[in-house]
Amino acid sequence: MTLNAKIPEGRLEDKWRNYQTQSRLINPANKKKLHVIVVGSGLSGAGAAATLAELGYDVQCFCYQDSARRAHSVAAQGGINAAKNYQHDGDSVWRMFYDTLKGGDFRSREANTYRLAELSAPLIDHFTQQGVPFAREYGGVLVNRSFGGVQVQRTFYARGQTGQQLLLAAYSQLYKMVRMKKVSLFTRHEMLDLVLVDGKAKGIIARDLVSGALKRFAADAVVLATGGYSRVFRLSTLAIGCNGSAIWKAHKRGAFFAAPSFTQIHPTALPQSSEAQSKLTLMSESLRNDGRIWVPKQTDDPRAANDIPEEERDYYLERRYPSFGNLAPRDIASRAAKERIDAGFGVGRLKNAVYLDFKHAIERFGINTIQDRYGNLFDMYKKITGIDAYREPMQISPAAHFSMGGLWVDYELMTTIPGLYAVGECNFSDHGANRLGANSLLQASVDGYFILPNTINNYLAAALNKEQVSTDHPAFKQVEVEVKQHIDRILAIQGTKTVDHFHRELGKVMWQECAMSRNRAGLERAIAQIKQIRADFWSDVKVTGHSDELNTELEKALRLADFIELGILMCTDALQREESCGAHFREEFQTPDGEAVRVDDLYAYVSAWEYDQGDFKLHKEVLDFEFVQPSVRSYK
Amino acid sequence: MKVTFKIWRQDKPQAKGAFKEYQVDELTEDMSFLEALDHLNERLVLRGEKVIAYEYDCREGICGQCGVFINGRAHGPHPNITTCQLHMRSFKDGDTIVVEPWRANAFPIVKDLIVDRSAFDRIIEQGAYISAKTGTAPEANAILIGKAIADRAMDAAACIGCGACVATCKNSSAALFTAAKINHLNSLPQGKPEAHQRVLDMTAQMEREGFGHCSFTGACEVECPAGISIANIAEMNARQGKAQLLG
Ligand SMILES: Cc1cc2nc3c(=O)[nH]c(=O)nc-3n(C[C@H](O)[C@H](O)[C@H](O)COP(=O)(O)OP(=O)(O)OC[C@H]3O[C@@H](n4cnc5c(N)ncnc54)[C@H](O)[C@@H]3O)c2cc1C
Ligand code: FES
Repeated sequence: MTLNAKIPEGRLEDKWRNYQTQSRLINPANKKKLHVIVVGSGLSGAGAAATLAELGYDVQCFCYQDSARRAHSVAAQGGINAAKNYQHDGDSVWRMFYDTLKGGDFRSREANTYRLAELSAPLIDHFTQQGVPFAREYGGVLVNRSFGGVQVQRTFYARGQTGQQLLLAAYSQLYKMVRMKKVSLFTRHEMLDLVLVDGKAKGIIARDLVSGALKRFAADAVVLATGGYSRVFRLSTLAIGCNGSAIWKAHKRGAFFAAPSFTQIHPTALPQSSEAQSKLTLMSESLRNDGRIWVPKQTDDPRAANDIPEEERDYYLERRYPSFGNLAPRDIASRAAKERIDAGFGVGRLKNAVYLDFKHAIERFGINTIQDRYGNLFDMYKKITGIDAYREPMQISPAAHFSMGGLWVDYELMTTIPGLYAVGECNFSDHGANRLGANSLLQASVDGYFILPNTINNYLAAALNKEQVSTDHPAFKQVEVEVKQHIDRILAIQGTKTVDHFHRELGKVMWQECAMSRNRAGLERAIAQIKQIRADFWSDVKVTGHSDELNTELEKALRLADFIELGILMCTDALQREESCGAHFREEFQTPDGEAVRVDDLYAYVSAWEYDQGDFKLHKEVLDFEFVQPSVRSYK
Repeated sequence: MKVTFKIWRQDKPQAKGAFKEYQVDELTEDMSFLEALDHLNERLVLRGEKVIAYEYDCREGICGQCGVFINGRAHGPHPNITTCQLHMRSFKDGDTIVVEPWRANAFPIVKDLIVDRSAFDRIIEQGAYISAKTGTAPEANAILIGKAIADRAMDAAACIGCGACVATCKNSSAALFTAAKINHLNSLPQGKPEAHQRVLDMTAQMEREGFGHCSFTGACEVECPAGISIANIAEMNARQGKAQLLG
């Protein structure tokens, strides 16, 4: 199979318009005969479901939480980017496109990345219209701030709760369509498998998490909007329920998985404090606008932060990257922190953190300004750690945060399975090997609100007047039986270890070998270790309770079973890519001073993996850079 | 550290529930309260018992999914936090900690500590949105909103929908929740065209769901993790009065 990204003809600036003028339309009266399943109610899912319903399609939307409002988009703090150039600082669609492409270390498609930047400004208009209380100047216009990896101010925000406010707008719009009976919402329903009929996506099997019943849902197209899979590391900034199951099941049914190993490790999370810890809390990157990152110049410095004089502090980001300083992109900032911590300069009880210091900002702008900008983040920090960051520096540490990888999609956001789409964080499209801060709320929203509703018609137009598949089709029965057997098999093991035990084991291996820096021996070891974890899981896990009831332990077990397999693919992917690019740092490929060495001649492609009976087959989508010349990414 | 959890167990909505005691050791002060429950659940699994069902997702105080009554208080001993933000350092070695689900007619128990808060979604459904379709928006800066108004809208919009306000209210009133949403939208120019209908529809739904009336005890604002002020309820009432007059 050759991968066809279906990039439209024309100049970058014209591609999206050219696409739209050529794609097939469906008349409004016919749209209501077409059924679409949207799995996920985050920004991408709720945005898609609401907009598709507004256009007239009949939509069924799913989420595993008790309400659509809880999708993990809610947790995004910092902001959302848009090339509005409100600050008059030289921003433009082109610059935003270039920043994103460069930030991703030239491992994404030009056309997709350009479209992301192009649709960013209308998205801010959209959310403003929906009532999002974005931060404002006294005169009433919108405010911006900077985020890592760029030198203009293009980030819009709603205090420290941008994701929450955008998600609530999307959720409200979704409920508007629920009220109009255009969307049926299935909360507390988890998709456990995908149903194909004649090679096309025609429905899903979902488990009602309250009754435990397996249910069949049929449609003319299926959209996955299930978010990121960084919980594969167990400790991450994601919600506990975030999972890779829907995309993994789709992968096993034929959807290619692209760049699975590209994972963003965020530099500013709270450090792990105990083995029992279940998640790592993020401190927004926006803090790096005003906070300065440092460690003591001497290893194992026993002094309190405030007792260490200026000249004995190493502001290592400012030292190594003078032009971007504390706003160096995430992959670089994380790796630099890891380097200092590994070299013995870490701070905090477990010596696994670095300082993020607001002393100078408070001296310069006054405490009120800092409070206004970050008040809720400082409060949150205090609640969790008991420390007052107005008086002493925060302690922060890198944490798994975002999946650049995901299901391979073409320009229409369709996967390699006809009729199956992937939007938001669960696809691989725009971020390449590293995502810029505040670009992901954007991507999820743009995918859901603007792109998918304008591409799905191109496929659905052909589905009109064809016989629609019902849930009585034997394919549904077949898949449902398989899901049931899978569940029964887990419940029958009755071994001696808990699901969490295995998740901790998996997390340790993944964090050790497949996170901020990777090498051949480590990855090979990791694959063997994860295979062992898989064997142990399937012979020794213990899950109590039954399948026909609300059973949180069973939910966790099902998700973990998929994470284990996904972990193997992630390591396989990282092993295959013998270069360093973005968040993917292979220790064998670095300059003497520790900077990444990208190998464009051999690796300027998107890896796309085909599932092959437990094995994975690599396909390559070669990246043609038609409009920009990939440069060495330097933030020095 | 070691504590005794006294936890409400109830297998099904119709089943009769009861408290059950669990001694738990090997806890540390750094653990969050939910991590202590996770720890207990792992022990239960190893003993072959069914785990305790409780809710959470983000574990950072923003999704609003967690929420239990702890020693008689919504979200535990501290004001204005979520259950997931509570740490074991707030308890002493040897403490007995009583844990129960939210109790309100409009929030039926699903299992153990899990309740059904879909009534909140149905209040939202009755107009907590701006009826504008995707693709119809004017340029964002064409709508000027002064900082003070934007900030107040944001204060109200911060609600996380956890239900602590209802759970802690002796009347099980959802007034704080409903008011927060109404005030967020109705104070902004974008929300004005539908302002009156919104108040009327959303408050009517609140009553249909069986939430009680607000008698201004102020208990809700003490527990609200988002710090929504009770002044919002007075503001909603004023908006409601005006809407009734002007229809
Ligand atoms: C702590 C944190 C802070 C962040 N801050 C920022 C920021 O400041 N700016 C920025 O641009 N980006 C930020 N991001 C990234 C950004 O928030 C996410 O990438 C984006 O919100 C993802 O949206 P989504 O719609 O793809 O997925 P989500 O919002 O994660 O939604 C996933 C949906 O899928 C559902 N689901 C999942 N699996 C299943 C299943 N098997 N069956 C049924 N339903 C399922 C869930 O219930 C949920 O509704 C942050 C991320 C985190 C974790
Ligand atoms: S788990 Fe999300 S608020 Fe507590």
